[in-house]
Amino acid sequence: MTSCLPLDLATGALLLWLGLGLLGFLLGGWPALACRLVFPLSSVVALLLTTAGFTALTATPDDLQLRGSLPALPWSFQIDPLSGFFLILLGLLAFAVALFATGYFRSLPGPDLRRLLLQYHSFLLGMGLVLLAANAFTFLVAWEIMALASYFLVVTEHEEAGSQRAGFLYLLIAHLGALAILLGFVLLAGATIIQGGPFSAMLHAPLAPFWASAAFLLTFFGFSAKAGLLPLHIWLPDAHPAAPAPVSALMSGAMLQMAFYGMLRVDFLFLGKLAMWWGPFVLVVGLATALFGVLFAAVQTDMKRLLAYSSMENMGLIMVAFGLALIFRAHGLNALAALALAAALYHALNHAFFKGLLFLGSGSVLHGAGSVAMDHLGGLIRRMPQTAFFMLLGTLAIAGLPPLNGFASEWLLLQAFLLSPALPQSTLSAVLPLAASGVVLAVALAAYAMVKFYGIAFLGQARGTRHVHEAGRWERSAMALLSLACIFLGLFPGVLLNLLHPVLLEMLGQGFAVQQGLWLTPVSAQRASYSPVIFFLGMATALGLGFLLIWSLFGRPLRRVPVWACGFPVRTSAMQDSPLGFAQPLLRIFAPLYQAERQADDAGRWQVRIGEPVYRGIYQPLNRIVFWLSAQVLRLQQGRITLYLLYSFLTLLILLAIWR
Amino acid sequence: MTAILLELAQVLLAAFLAPLFAGLLRALRAILQNRRPAGCWQNYRDLYRLFHKESLQAEGTSWLFRFAPYGIFGAFCLAAGIIPILATGLPLAPAADVIALVGLFALARVFQVLAAMDTGTPFATLGAHREMLIAGLAEPALLATLFTASLLSQSTSLSVIVAHLEQLRFALHPSMVFAAAAFFMVLLAENARIPVDNPATHLELTMIHEAMLLEYSGRHLALMEWGAQIKLVLYVSIGIALFLPWGIVPAAEIAVLPLTLPILLLKFAAAALILALVETLLAKMRLFRAPEFMATAFLLGVVGLLSFFMLGA
Repeated sequence: MTSCLPLDLATGALLLWLGLGLLGFLLGGWPALACRLVFPLSSVVALLLTTAGFTALTATPDDLQLRGSLPALPWSFQIDPLSGFFLILLGLLAFAVALFATGYFRSLPGPDLRRLLLQYHSFLLGMGLVLLAANAFTFLVAWEIMALASYFLVVTEHEEAGSQRAGFLYLLIAHLGALAILLGFVLLAGATIIQGGPFSAMLHAPLAPFWASAAFLLTFFGFSAKAGLLPLHIWLPDAHPAAPAPVSALMSGAMLQMAFYGMLRVDFLFLGKLAMWWGPFVLVVGLATALFGVLFAAVQTDMKRLLAYSSMENMGLIMVAFGLALIFRAHGLNALAALALAAALYHALNHAFFKGLLFLGSGSVLHGAGSVAMDHLGGLIRRMPQTAFFMLLGTLAIAGLPPLNGFASEWLLLQAFLLSPALPQSTLSAVLPLAASGVVLAVALAAYAMVKFYGIAFLGQARGTRHVHEAGRWERSAMALLSLACIFLGLFPGVLLNLLHPVLLEMLGQGFAVQQGLWLTPVSAQRASYSPVIFFLGMATALGLGFLLIWSLFGRPLRRVPVWACGFPVRTSAMQDSPLGFAQPLLRIFAPLYQAERQADDAGRWQVRIGEPVYRGIYQPLNRIVFWLSAQVLRLQQGRITLYLLYSFLTLLILLAIWR
Repeated sequence: MTAILLELAQVLLAAFLAPLFAGLLRALRAILQNRRPAGCWQNYRDLYRLFHKESLQAEGTSWLFRFAPYGIFGAFCLAAGIIPILATGLPLAPAADVIALVGLFALARVFQVLAAMDTGTPFATLGAHREMLIAGLAEPALLATLFTASLLSQSTSLSVIVAHLEQLRFALHPSMVFAAAAFFMVLLAENARIPVDNPATHLELTMIHEAMLLEYSGRHLALMEWGAQIKLVLYVSIGIALFLPWGIVPAAEIAVLPLTLPILLLKFAAAALILALVETLLAKMRLFRAPEFMATAFLLGVVGLLSFFMLGA
């Protein structure tokens, strides 16, 4: 019965989460107790789920039909290495986020807290169920639970107009996506799938190429609505900042990855025979999303909005890796597909950690400094030294700098790109290295955006905030854990790649060369090698020796003096770069993209407003068309009963004419 | 054991010859511009003077400001151990390939930029965002050229690339010619040389790299300046390794080192002459011409990549 263990453990953990949500709802009258009790327990449950994920990596796939479900619509669950990997991601992130939430929500009033506790745990439950679902019915129900719970979480601060708008947009796009997924499922396996037939009915569905492509496009559309890919991303930069920080961390770190999981399961596993154009299509969408996301991240003035656009960039990179895997697999190069897929999964995990860390940190900034608008921040490193240190690690990791984790996954991705000459199709193999340059551009600009994020908020002089206090103990420990995860994944990429082995085996029937010790050698040591530990030690040695030598030879105590600034007196902190001022070169170079409007307000301050080209270019025209159509329909409704009787009469005539 | 000693020798050589290289460049430039040079050794005197001066820390700056000079110096020393300057197959070489090397340079740059933003002065932040812009645009071009070399030798490890290219003897690869041109442009941009930035400027508004150092003094400034000199030497050595690798021997054949060392120094002298010529003949561009400059470099890199795929060489 040992093979049954991971699934029991996972379902048990999810039930416990549901129970905790209900418990929190009941305990709402005692907010301090509810917060102190439910969230720590929730993090323990998250560890349980992580354990289930780890055991699922090695155990044989397993499934379960829930008794007591509707006869024609069984709830059925399964666990396999792929869902195991994502369970680990969800569990570890939920663990840290719950710890953080214990401190973060401690001053929330009772009624709000009780709602939040229920919705928060339903959200976690929904994500867990998505990963365990074994038929389309269960999957879609779980998908809806996840969407609805996160909608309610987005509108937690519902008194604010912006939050309502963000929630509405999110709900709309989420349902558009869900509908597309449903249609895709129907195409894949016909009506049986809605009647509760297992997912395996879809496996290698005998579809004509046209219908296979249609199913692929529909499901890809549906999942990319959740993943925030171009042009369905417009909900993302509104929804993430509107939600409370722990929720943003979960949404960005875990929920976006659920969409990736869906793509892997449906588009990679079920659609057995891949069409040649799918891979390039996904790659182009991913690259466009990455570049768009990073260019808009760089010009944001709100910390959380910046992070939301940066999530787009990271999802884009994951999609690039996924597209590359599709390309390699369509050509039968499974070993190379394994490399690209490993890069995608690795980056997904990395993103969960560093983006989770950064969102949590911005929550601490909101509580500690009272704002996340970068126009009002600055110099936080002095008042919040520990938070600032963890955020520095997160910033370096997300900027793709060695020896942290963001770099390791991007390194793998570039290695996969450089293997493109193995492709039989020469045009593709010549174009792919150019796409790799696009990836490098996105990563380099991500460094720009993240340096701005950190430099404006944490360094320099304060721009107006006076009372700043350090984050609480719960919050700091959560951030410390996530920073440790970033460091660990950065220094020991081999450990993770070995863990990924069963997942790749399941997906491609081919794993990865087993990584030994501290070395990362995806193909062969001759081809490419990277050892973050030696890298780190080398740098630390050079740094330490340099410091000791210089200190012993020329060491003298430092003298503190006012800033020199070329002799110009720095009178106000406004003389530093503003958040937009830092991005000014980009605003100028990519001016057509941003459509920035510049004007002076009444107080004589210069205002720059940045448009969203996709919203203006696609959604507003669409909106106008719908309004025009409805105006045409409105002509039929004149409000006179005689006219409506005429309509009925005409309808009758037409029907009679048809059926005779 | 000899390999480790050779490794150490390479790092020390790069570190201690860097001021000489920069000094030679300065002297050559002065001669070309009809000025009397201060001599090749001026940089050593400058560093000596700065190291013996008192270091000041601007009020309101954090530990990042003090850490950055050492961090940057450490990063460049590690890079000097990885790049095959004297020999290939050194013990540190497999720790990082060209992509990780570019990442290492990026790490040093980010520390420099963060330290500049730490001071919170207008000029420093101005320099900071300009530096990030130039670097962000230069990186794709740099990797495009490095990809060309990697595809040619089917490896991203610099050591292996050099070993492979050396075997080819003096065959002309069209793709590498384009890559060399692109790399040279990136070298100018990344090392704050004319036409992208002017290392000798005294006008704050046009500064990029120097603007970030304004608040540094004493030993910290010395480390920053020295680090910049090492970086220039490292870029030149990457260029030599990729495009003129003959003379870099495997670590095992240490006996021929006395023979190859003069060749190496000759190459560096030639590089200094070329750089001095370019810096004398060109004028500094406006900042917003720099994107065009980088785009040209990127296009050259792309042409290199495409010619590799079309011609197979």
